[in-house]
Amino acid sequence: MAFNVIGKTVMKSLFGKPATAMYPVIKNDFYPLTRGAIELDPANCIFCNLCAKRCPTEAIEVSRPDRLWTINRTRCIVCNFCVDVCPRDCLTTVRQYTAPMTDKSAAVITVQGPAKES
Amino acid sequence: MGERTIIPFGPQHPVLPEPLHLDLILEDEKIVGAVPSIGFIHRGLEKLVEKRDFQEMAFVIERICGICSFIHGQGYVQTIEAVMGVEIPERAKYLRSFWGELSRVHSHLLWLGLMADAFGFESLFMHCWRVREKVLDIFEETTGGRVIFSVCKVGGLWKNVDGDTLRRIGGVLKDVDKDIRPLADVFMRDYTVQKRCVGLGVLTKEEAFQLGAVGPMLRASGVAMDARKLGYAAYGNLEFEPVTENAGDCQARIAVRVREIYQALDIMRQCIEKMPGGEVATTVKGNPQGEYLSRLEQPRGEAVYYGKGNGTKYLDRFRVRTPTFANLIPLLHIIPGCDLADVPLLALTIDPCISCTER
Ligand code: SF4
Ligand code: SF4
Repeated sequence: MAFNVIGKTVMKSLFGKPATAMYPVIKNDFYPLTRGAIELDPANCIFCNLCAKRCPTEAIEVSRPDRLWTINRTRCIVCNFCVDVCPRDCLTTVRQYTAPMTDKSAAVITVQGPAKES
Repeated sequence: MGERTIIPFGPQHPVLPEPLHLDLILEDEKIVGAVPSIGFIHRGLEKLVEKRDFQEMAFVIERICGICSFIHGQGYVQTIEAVMGVEIPERAKYLRSFWGELSRVHSHLLWLGLMADAFGFESLFMHCWRVREKVLDIFEETTGGRVIFSVCKVGGLWKNVDGDTLRRIGGVLKDVDKDIRPLADVFMRDYTVQKRCVGLGVLTKEEAFQLGAVGPMLRASGVAMDARKLGYAAYGNLEFEPVTENAGDCQARIAVRVREIYQALDIMRQCIEKMPGGEVATTVKGNPQGEYLSRLEQPRGEAVYYGKGNGTKYLDRFRVRTPTFANLIPLLHIIPGCDLADVPLLALTIDPCISCTER
């Protein structure tokens, strides 16, 4: 049995660099793979409804006649499945997380697709 | 005989982040019995398999728990793959073992921190979590998530990790090893820790086996049983021996977990060395039909997964037997005879994960 075994570690942290980042002066960098939120590029979307059908949390709603794509960001678990199933590769995962909110309706984002060329 | 008092412990208790409730029956300060009740956070995740298709469900099953998330996902896809007779590529097997061991390091560091906090050693707690942060960064870099990874799918993995990244991670793991050693020393030798943990809550070898303890709880009592020895994923090709201790008390459980961190780091090093190249996923056709039961070693002990498919894309049944569920009975066995003040420590030594247990 020994006393004060942690002493050396304590001295090290007393004189060493802090272990935490100096936020907000130094911002945390995300990794390239970090899954933050799902974004749609409406130019390519064909409103096929596949992403909505395969989403495990039913976070996406697609209306083909109105050309509307809606996501509820507080339902979405950012599992990336919709990005993988989309036939047109128009969904991307951005690295920035959704900002905190006090009003849940702010989490519902609707994207209007361009009008169909006839 | 003194007067008997019943004191409720939990579901809200400073030492437990999760809702476990025990009715403690006391005679003066000594505990003579404990009656558990669980069921505060049941979410019905198992039932959901009847409504979500089997590929989507892999993401949901991972969310059973925030600590052993990867291995839950692995257990699920492994079960479905066995039902469907899918053979996954070798590289995927190694990566699964790699992430599984990374989960073990992260879980054990978390537990060591919580344990230090439970016996009032706050600075040790913070240092454990400081090291754990590096492990979480590796997770974020390789999978995109810090807690929930969403990389397992039926037929392999969603993401590959290239060789250069793996070699660099090997370097980071060496740093982690170096950072852990002085902290492990505190757990193994320091007077305050020894005074609190040696001889507390002894579970003998026979009791541990007969009461069905699993994981570090079982191995700390001297039973060398580890589900990884079944050779699932890449474990058949990796060299390791189950870590055991003989004392069966709280200190032995700490020692087993500390040594398992070193073991996990060693297994990861082997994974990086032996990992073959190639694809990480195969295409899966058809739907699962039949049933299978697989056993995996979680950081907390052996978990059992059962899946039954009926030929449609929805499963008939999926069931998880979690390690905490198995360890509750040994816990109830070691509590009587202890002081009231020891209960938080004893409850913590099984590494309780109630959200897993209730799903
Ligand atoms: S799957 Fe892709 S193309 Fe189809 S609706 Fe969704 S985002 Fe649009
Ligand atoms: S990331 Fe997952 S949960 Fe979120 S919208 Fe896509 S499929 Fe649904």
